[in-house]
Amino acid sequence: MIKITKDEIRILLYMVVAVAILACLPLLDQGYILSLGLTIVMYVALCTAWVLFSGPTHYISLATAAFFGLGTYVVGIGIDVLPFPILLIIAALIGGVVSGLVGIATLRLSGVYFVIFTLGMAELIRQIVTWIQTNFTTGIGLYVLTDFSEAHIYWMLLALTVLIFITGWLINRSRLGFAMRIIGNDETVAAHVGIDSAKAKVLLFLISGAYIAVIGAILAPRFAYIEPPSAFNPMISFLVVIMSLMGGTRTLWAPLIGVVPFTLLFDMVSARFPNHSSILLGIAFLLIVYLIPDGLIGRIEGITKRFSKKKERTHE
Amino acid sequence: MRVSNLCKAMSIGLISVMIGFSSVQAQDVIKVGMSAAKTGPLSGGTAVTQWPNLKLWEHTVNAKGGIKVGDKRMPVKIFEYDDRSHPTDAVKNIQRMINKDKVDFVVAPYGTGINLAVAPILAKYGYPHIAVSSITDKGDEFTKRWPNMFLTLGTSTGFAESVADVLKKMRDQGKIGNKVAVVNVADAFGIELAHVGKPALEKAGFEIVYETSYPLGTQDLAPVINGAKNAKPDAFVAFSYPPDTFALTEQAKISNLEVKAFYVGVATCFPAFEKRFGSAAQGIFGAGGINPDTPEMKAYFKSHLEVTGVAADYWASATTYASLQVLEQAIERAGTIDHPQVIKTIKNGTFDTVMGKITFDGNINRKFWTMGQWQDGVFYGVASTGLDGEKEPIIKTGWK
Repeated sequence: MIKITKDEIRILLYMVVAVAILACLPLLDQGYILSLGLTIVMYVALCTAWVLFSGPTHYISLATAAFFGLGTYVVGIGIDVLPFPILLIIAALIGGVVSGLVGIATLRLSGVYFVIFTLGMAELIRQIVTWIQTNFTTGIGLYVLTDFSEAHIYWMLLALTVLIFITGWLINRSRLGFAMRIIGNDETVAAHVGIDSAKAKVLLFLISGAYIAVIGAILAPRFAYIEPPSAFNPMISFLVVIMSLMGGTRTLWAPLIGVVPFTLLFDMVSARFPNHSSILLGIAFLLIVYLIPDGLIGRIEGITKRFSKKKERTHE
Repeated sequence: MRVSNLCKAMSIGLISVMIGFSSVQAQDVIKVGMSAAKTGPLSGGTAVTQWPNLKLWEHTVNAKGGIKVGDKRMPVKIFEYDDRSHPTDAVKNIQRMINKDKVDFVVAPYGTGINLAVAPILAKYGYPHIAVSSITDKGDEFTKRWPNMFLTLGTSTGFAESVADVLKKMRDQGKIGNKVAVVNVADAFGIELAHVGKPALEKAGFEIVYETSYPLGTQDLAPVINGAKNAKPDAFVAFSYPPDTFALTEQAKISNLEVKAFYVGVATCFPAFEKRFGSAAQGIFGAGGINPDTPEMKAYFKSHLEVTGVAADYWASATTYASLQVLEQAIERAGTIDHPQVIKTIKNGTFDTVMGKITFDGNINRKFWTMGQWQDGVFYGVASTGLDGEKEPIIKTGWK
């Protein structure tokens, strides 16, 4: 066990304070700001769960929508039969099992093959789910009618985000995290020093997939009527990648820095220019990639480095 | 370096344009917001059914000086948002409209799922919610839960059972035989209709000689049509979505599927369908319908084409426009934009619309078109739940 450093305790304290403040948001505003906050927390949770796997391994996964949709459908099919918390657990289990199986089958692929496969997989899972719905359920439509307000969903997502952060932090401290960093830097080296890279990758993909499924499950009550286009929306997969890359993927915190400005920008663009939002976002994205290729965290690190260099120089 | 500076200048410019575009708001207007899909999977249907009608309504209302509230006329000002076909964005847009733009009324979005997702928010703020493109069997449950919600377009059961009813009528008249092939798209609405439609057909005494489902987005539907053809049915029924409605019809034409009744689901009523198949569309059944012969409907089709530049469809377009007329008339009758009073007026009134007279029974319009048929280049309603002007169905004679 690695000893917890003073820095880590300080970060933990900051985190507790930040979460406590964020948890008060629904008390201040139940309207637009809460809706926006909910969207931000949803993407922070998704991006952080995504970075758990894709950050250290550098594998770009476009399967987010697949696990998200699985979670949504678990709640859609089970809401009249089982209590909500149990459905969340089932969603995590199914998300974990499916991502584990997919991981076993595909994580031997690398680079662009993996990207394409995950994109196709989202569609495959969507088809399997609708096939099950057609042949094994008799209900007419999947309605999720609960008494959850936006505030409840917001709190659940916030709590889950904290859990994902803690998981990520524990992984980073563990042997698995160390192994992942080596795999991410050079897979051949990792294999030579005796790391079972396939096993490590599958395990991480499984954890990431399970969390994403739970996020989908939590959001099901907000959808109210579950249908494939909203549950298995490929835009979710793409936005998660874009936001994470914008923040940077090297640390667990980095996506947070991407999600917040991106969501605000996205929202502003679509409010002011409802008919041209796609093209303006495209331009904005090009500019972002061109101006800040390492992600915002890279920029921030660059600035702090320059700043400390200056400081050193003045000290000399 | 210079290029990078240029890019920076451009991005600063872009952002300042976005911020600087604040709208100037005049007094004495009624602000009406609509959030619906401009992008994503629902945008195709929205572009036909939803957006042109908002434009037409804005044009018509403002041309006569606005909605008459008390003794003054108030023009409408429209706020548009794109929900990207996603419920989360839809909720956020509605929140923004109500809290930031301070809109006076919200037009219902497009799609069953999106309408249900925004229903709790609209109920919380007490805005009237006249849903159109939202077909559900749980209407009574919803309107009890959200008393500000109104439903206009119909129920899944209504649509599916109509197919059985019309086919039964044709069989009893000796026009068609007893064998039916039933297929459906394995997606939300297709599954719902198949779950109701198949038992209804069996109950009506039909023999289902072939049944299958196919995933949404299937490119090659030849196996489906050929499978049906081999079973030699007298009628072919497909609970389909827009892309496969077109693809199945195309394939049936190619394979020369010889049936006396041919039904395909959503989008059969689109003008694009007739444009694509021309005279081969003759006799094809589809979901929805209207009575195109009434003077109101004729005038509506004419002005829809003139103002928006596109033709109205033969189903939800007119109901969408009618829902806006209901809102307009309710405001005028209530003489105020006060929400509880407008909602009360909608609940209890009878409204003159392009669809004829509309009344709400328990917040639901119970009289709606369920099935139509292409006859001589026009899609006529052939079945409804109690409306006037149902056209007599004809048999399909070939694909020429």
